Amino acid sequence: MGSEVAETRLAGRMAAAQQGDAAAYQALLRECLPLIVAIVRAQGISGDQVDDVVQDTLLTIHRARPTYDPARPFVPWLRAIAQRRAIDALRRHSRQHAHEIHDPAAYEGYADAVPPAGHALEQSDRARQLRDAVATLPQGQREAVEQLGLGEKSLQEAAGLTGRSKGALKVNLHRALQALRSKLSGGPPDDV
Amino acid sequence: MSETARHEKLIAELAGDLRPVHRLLPPSVRAAGWLAVVAALGTILAPMADLGDILHRLAAAPDMWLSVLGSVLTALLAALAAYQTSVPDRSPYWALLPLPAALLWIAASGAGCLRSWIVPGTHDASMGEARICLLFIIGISLPLSFLLLKMLQKACPLRPGLTAVLGGLAAASASATLLNFFHPYDAAATDLLVHILAVGSVVIASRLIGGRALAWRARPNA
Repeated sequence: MGSEVAETRLAGRMAAAQQGDAAAYQALLRECLPLIVAIVRAQGISGDQVDDVVQDTLLTIHRARPTYDPARPFVPWLRAIAQRRAIDALRRHSRQHAHEIHDPAAYEGYADAVPPAGHALEQSDRARQLRDAVATLPQGQREAVEQLGLGEKSLQEAAGLTGRSKGALKVNLHRALQALRSKLSGGPPDDV
Repeated sequence: MSETARHEKLIAELAGDLRPVHRLLPPSVRAAGWLAVVAALGTILAPMADLGDILHRLAAAPDMWLSVLGSVLTALLAALAAYQTSVPDRSPYWALLPLPAALLWIAASGAGCLRSWIVPGTHDASMGEARICLLFIIGISLPLSFLLLKMLQKACPLRPGLTAVLGGLAAASASATLLNFFHPYDAAATDLLVHILAVGSVVIASRLIGGRALAWRARPNA
């Protein structure tokens, strides 16, 4: 008796919704929610997917509303839509599983074909850190890094440009590299 | 956002978007509308055919009557089944409705083909005639299928592939029926094969193209 009353109420609300009654439509969809969830779960949809299928079902009801005939019961019409959307979701899920393998190690180890997002930003950040670190070096070490490391000059050319001996340049470069290594790695200087 | 709030938000959006809709006519009435177009096409084509010869031919070979009856019933029942399956609460078993008529059509055409082997002096279709049959069935099926799919799109077929196949079968069998106006002989083996090829092509094309068009319409996020 109770289900007959509910059926009549739902059918009446859908008929009103077809006429453009938004309040009746909202009340109808709210009342249908628990029923849709129960139908979807009964089809074997797992917990995290239920709500997506419910949303799909609500959208399909909206699109299919001209097909409802008020002379026929409403619940079988609703059930057919919810069951179909659940079956569609199960098929999509099984298709995805058939084509995908869960292997996080392979995913992590796979080299990207293109630089990842933020790569350019990270590179410019590292270049800025290096420039700042070089700027803090004593003058002799800074000149050695600028001429030999960054300028790629030969010892002879660098000696000519800076007026220092080749030996002094080598020592300064060695100390500068040690200082930069410790600065950039965040540790204390080893031997400056 | 919690799931309940997500559903509430969607319900509010759908209710806000609500417009009055025209209720679709019952599937049988819509099927009758499409069949009326086929009948109108037949009325246009009939004066171009030799109706006296057709009646004489049908009276002489009862299996040809059965073949025509099979193709007419297949068109009628496949169209009805297509419209029925385009409405959510109708059973998918409606798809079985045209099968007996299709079997009658195939069996009667096969019997005519057998007679053309046994009876001496029976006219066999040449390859040229068979090609015309192929073009006729496909050429007439195209607009009929298009019209049927446009009408089906107004509904919400939950099994779009199945509905599209039924629509293709309806259009192809209607075309094959109309072909009888210009086909004054039994189907020989090659002719029968060409008919099967034409009907099969229309059904497969309808499944591939029409099924996608109907799915696009029926999918909620389309």
